[in-house]
Amino acid sequence: MFGWEFPPHIAGGLGTACEGIVKGLAYNGVETLFVMPHASGDEDQSATTIINASDVEVTEVSTKVEEFISGTRFMYVDSNLVPYVDPDEYFEAIEKMKKEELKSTVVGFGQKFNFSGKYGANLMEEVARYARVGGTIAVQHKDEIDCIHAHDWLTYLAGISAKELTGKPLVVHVHATSYDRGDEKHIDTRVLDIETRGMLAADRVVTVSDLTRNIVINKYHIDPAKVVTVHNAVDFSGRENLEVERGVKDKVVTFLGRITFQKGPEYFIEAAAKVLKRTEGVRFVMAGSGDMMNRAIRQVARLGISDRFHFTGFLRGADVQKMFALSDVYIMPSVSEPFGISPLEAMRTGVPSIISHQSGAAEVLRYAFKVDFWDVDAMADDIYALLSYPALARFASREGYDEVNALKWNNATAKLKKVYESIV
Amino acid sequence: MNKKSICLYFQVHQPARLRLYRFFDIGKDSHYYDDFVSRTEVRRAVRDCYLPMNELLLSLIKEHKGAFKVSFSIPGATLELLERYAPEVVDSFRALVDTGCVEMLCETYYHSLASLTSPSEFRHQVLKQKDKIKEVFGVESVTFRNTELIYSDNIGSEVYDMGFKTMLVEGAKQVVGWRNPDFVYSCAAQPKLKLLLRNYSLSDDLAVRFSDTSWDVYPLTAEKYAGWVRNAEGDIVNLFMDYEAFGMRHPSESGIFSFFKELPGALLADGSMKFVTPADVARSIKSVGTIEVDDPVSWSSVESDMSLFLGNELQQDAFNKLYAQTEKLAILADPVLWADFGHLQESANFYYMSTKFFADGAKMLNPSPYGTPYEAFINYMNALSDFIIRVDNALAVKAE
Repeated sequence: MFGWEFPPHIAGGLGTACEGIVKGLAYNGVETLFVMPHASGDEDQSATTIINASDVEVTEVSTKVEEFISGTRFMYVDSNLVPYVDPDEYFEAIEKMKKEELKSTVVGFGQKFNFSGKYGANLMEEVARYARVGGTIAVQHKDEIDCIHAHDWLTYLAGISAKELTGKPLVVHVHATSYDRGDEKHIDTRVLDIETRGMLAADRVVTVSDLTRNIVINKYHIDPAKVVTVHNAVDFSGRENLEVERGVKDKVVTFLGRITFQKGPEYFIEAAAKVLKRTEGVRFVMAGSGDMMNRAIRQVARLGISDRFHFTGFLRGADVQKMFALSDVYIMPSVSEPFGISPLEAMRTGVPSIISHQSGAAEVLRYAFKVDFWDVDAMADDIYALLSYPALARFASREGYDEVNALKWNNATAKLKKVYESIV
Repeated sequence: MNKKSICLYFQVHQPARLRLYRFFDIGKDSHYYDDFVSRTEVRRAVRDCYLPMNELLLSLIKEHKGAFKVSFSIPGATLELLERYAPEVVDSFRALVDTGCVEMLCETYYHSLASLTSPSEFRHQVLKQKDKIKEVFGVESVTFRNTELIYSDNIGSEVYDMGFKTMLVEGAKQVVGWRNPDFVYSCAAQPKLKLLLRNYSLSDDLAVRFSDTSWDVYPLTAEKYAGWVRNAEGDIVNLFMDYEAFGMRHPSESGIFSFFKELPGALLADGSMKFVTPADVARSIKSVGTIEVDDPVSWSSVESDMSLFLGNELQQDAFNKLYAQTEKLAILADPVLWADFGHLQESANFYYMSTKFFADGAKMLNPSPYGTPYEAFINYMNALSDFIIRVDNALAVKAE
């Protein structure tokens, strides 16, 4: 299995998902070797064996991948190419990268390369190097493996290389696509190219939702027969809900995520203004940061609701839990969301959630309220109802809590195991 | 022939800085100020500007035996900070006032924009300030300067009704029109109120351009500057500026202090000019006519309007939400709430939210402690939201 990161050192949710997957697979009796560019040694290896690509010399070369790499000029990456990564986290990662300035830029035959495993400015170069090292690792473990599994475009080249050198079947796992990251005019074609190559070379494409499955079929033109949806799950083991003392008596409606086009912040603001016209004793919070933040602030001021609509800036760690604990309604009005783990977190905290039909999570959450992202009237109705009818809120909170607790990686990975069995 | 008058006026101002006030603090912590930063900034201003400049002014007043006069305005909220963090500088201002050559003008206690929206709050703050000046300096103030020199006909007549004879106004193009700013005018709505129009060109030569090495007349000498003042045609030249220009905007090493040391002598040298205070003007110089100002003008920004403080929707929304509390506070008459209300009215809060600097490419004359105007807005609204909760809670208690 090729990943890019693994807890505890993660920048986004990809590492968390990978951990859930390897643990779930172990539960289902599937052994995994987890390859990552840079392992720190403190990863939890109870469910998998971690291979640090930085420790491996390149001894094998995949012609297919080499051809691609040598034909591509790798420029620095200036956009957010990684799923589940916040721009602030991304910025921090880059800053950290700069400090740890990598000396070697070329990795050749018989050389080791110290990967950063981050999402820095030379991400593309790292992806290419990872492909070279990945092929070698696959050959070294050829006799142990039955199947190759690569997570997101960062690792697709490594997956292709491994498949070519070992002849083992390849599964690529699509956590997000280029079409979710921005509008179609601003897609990074290099990433798109790698994504397409990965999906074409794969024996099976696993998507995190039917929404993503449709994108894979319609935008990447992949044969529907080999595209399978395995919905994400979430591991709440060991999680205690925070007890927080409330400062405000008002009900709190929260949006938590990147403030970018993809997340639909402006629809949330419109709905907030509508609710505030009809009711008192409610506050709205937009937690997070992003390229649309300033626009959102102006919109709030223009609507004249800034005494009831608050911005927290980017939240991390315990503050995220705290924010959920302070909320009465959670809302995720995403325009396009491959899955969207945050409403699961909210519901796990007992917060009733409203999510858009345009999110993968909508496919599995029966007890979340669902609206179209553009339908601000429906959104306002739902918010109003959850604030005004305690019985409804109690019901949604209790059922939602049970529902997300039942979304187990053990079940999701049982489906994944079947995918493996179909190609081995 | 009458001697030409020179009216030199300095604005002293240090706002109480807001702390980083997060959403999570709302309803839990009602201390909105960063006392450490306020103290640091105040002490810096005292060290770099107030103490050395006060000392210089005192020696010049003694040297010229009453011929050199200046005026000051210090908002009450700033005086509170000075009393708390640098009481020695309050003594030094008092020593200046005691010479009889220094006039203390009145303004709003909290350096606020209240005159634009709430006559009652405006009046409250002006009278509070008048009392504070009397308390600290033992003098009655008779001249008024509004925050940022904000002025309109309406504000002028309100000011007259509070007992002031003279008011300071920006000599903006929309005020002056075809006229010459270097005469004394009066308010169209209340002709008994005399208006002193700031000569912005000569004022800003000193306050803004002095240390600009790319300025074509750099370096400015006292003789050169005295020549320009002498050449101004009119009865009076009003030089109004921030006191912090001396030693802060223009650091000591720019030569500003040695320049100023020479200035009174250079201006008085040929006997054609004399220094006056606004109170002198009220007694001795006649108005040459009235001036009509419908929309408020101020000394901020190139347009001399309110766009720097209330130009964008963020500023307007914050401003409206703040002043919507006025009536509730009047019912409550709670001194603690009044004080926070006052500090939240501090004009700097709105200045930090300005987005004008995005477009103009203009440099902020007074740098903002916030990374962006948006951060300033968020922080302010969080604090204001807490304040509104307190006001509403207090009202609920009172109603019971």
